[in-house]
Amino acid sequence: MRYMLMMHVPRGTGEYQVSDWAPQDLQAHIDFMGQLNRELTEKGELVAGEGLTPPGQARVVRAKKDGTPAVTDGPFPEAKEFLAGFWIVEVDRAERAYEIAAKVSSAPGPGGTPLVIPVEVRQVMSGPPEV
Amino acid sequence: MTGSPADGGVGSLLRELAPQVLGAVARRSDDFGAAEDAVQEALIAAASRWPVEGLPRNPRGWLYHVALRRLTDQLRSEVARRRREHAVASEVWAEWAFVPPPDADRAVDQDDTLTLLFMCSHPALTPPSAIALTLRAVGGLTTAEIASAFLVPEATMAQRISRAKQSIKSSGVRFSLPGEQQRDTRLAQVLQVLYLIFNEGYTTTAGPHLHRVDLSGEAIRLGRLLRALLPADREVAGLLALMLLTDARRTARTGPMGELIPLDEQDRSLWDRYLIAEGVTLVSEALSGGPGWYAVQAAIAAVHDEAPGAEDTDWPQILALYDVLKGISDNPMVALNHAIAVAMVHGPSTGLELLDALDRDRRMAGHYRLDAVRGHLLERAGDRAGALVHYRAAAERTASLPERNYLLTKAARLAATGDS
Repeated sequence: MRYMLMMHVPRGTGEYQVSDWAPQDLQAHIDFMGQLNRELTEKGELVAGEGLTPPGQARVVRAKKDGTPAVTDGPFPEAKEFLAGFWIVEVDRAERAYEIAAKVSSAPGPGGTPLVIPVEVRQVMSGPPEV
Repeated sequence: MTGSPADGGVGSLLRELAPQVLGAVARRSDDFGAAEDAVQEALIAAASRWPVEGLPRNPRGWLYHVALRRLTDQLRSEVARRRREHAVASEVWAEWAFVPPPDADRAVDQDDTLTLLFMCSHPALTPPSAIALTLRAVGGLTTAEIASAFLVPEATMAQRISRAKQSIKSSGVRFSLPGEQQRDTRLAQVLQVLYLIFNEGYTTTAGPHLHRVDLSGEAIRLGRLLRALLPADREVAGLLALMLLTDARRTARTGPMGELIPLDEQDRSLWDRYLIAEGVTLVSEALSGGPGWYAVQAAIAAVHDEAPGAEDTDWPQILALYDVLKGISDNPMVALNHAIAVAMVHGPSTGLELLDALDRDRRMAGHYRLDAVRGHLLERAGDRAGALVHYRAAAERTASLPERNYLLTKAARLAATGDS
């Protein structure tokens, strides 16, 4: 079973929340994420995982009548949280996906305190079931 | 990826022979895709038989004959199919395939490999297609290996390669070396494709992805191959030198967690002295007949590589080289690096003045590197608040994760020193 884990983080002073942190806190956070990715890779659970550029560069695109793109800034410039990154993991049960999500959620913030980031967990739909 | 000890080096031998055999077979076929399929089948046959039966007396001849036989079979069934479908028997183009060519045993012409390289960098192809086809046809990598190197699904890469072959076929290009007039332009395209492969490998060494094909190593291998084919070409020497002198610093440029370490903070004892020595020799040769685009960049890399410590760097020499490079190309990235060199020689404020001119360059406006460099120069000039703003702005715009983390860390350190 594949699950998509979407990490929503609050916006900081700049685009990135981490912009305001002390160097050692920032380093601890980066190391934590790096270690997590390594673990998921070594366990053979990581299918994909990417960090996204901040929302200041996000655009919403709709098709015009002639099919050409109509591009606007967005999605929500005033939103307090934004999608900062995602993982797709292959696990044998939902509980394991929740465990990984909890690990993401506990990433350290200022002073090493867990951030308790909200992580949205969605199962990825599969092809037709085997007969 | 290459020959494991268990297969007695068959893997690396096959990869060496693959482009030569493909070149020879493609020369005799109108259909590059069919030639490529036939050679792949011959390589697969060799990979399973040679380790068991031992090497044939003439491995290249063996591959060539098996590939030709496969191609003949393909053409026969194709002819039969068309005959059934159209009742047309006049497939003159396939005639040769039924008779072995008289020179089948001659040494495969080295020009064939070169022609193959030119064909894979054909202007009808987009850069990603040219890269994929070069790695497949000349590099001898499998589609799966190329897919994993670029982190795309295998089906996507297979389609990209197949479309590339189709583009070549429909462009009507013949399997021959470009003429005198086109040669320099086409060679520049070949060099660019190799450099793109190198950079792809160099910029994606970090990250959680294990067991990837080493693209930088592939590019260097292809660069050596090209150098053997065109020993007198100075830009070929220049590109190979640039790749060697850059790759020499590879282990030092990232930390244990994949974090980016800038040139002036790298542990220079980790730099590869052998690669540097080889690169420096090549640079002198490449520059002997005048400055070339790659040769001058290689010379700059050599000046960095030869400094025992960051503080020993010969910046006036680097600045002189950037002046030369600016004369060769009106490239805004060169202008940006030139400004850094100016700042190192004449002080940060002189460098910052040059950046103002770049703000007005539409190709550069809003580029994160401009902010990153401005942050760096402002920091050196003692403007902490200004540096912080630009480091953060650069961090928000870069699409490279290690680079973002590096810039954020820079900003955080700067903010922390201000508090204390």
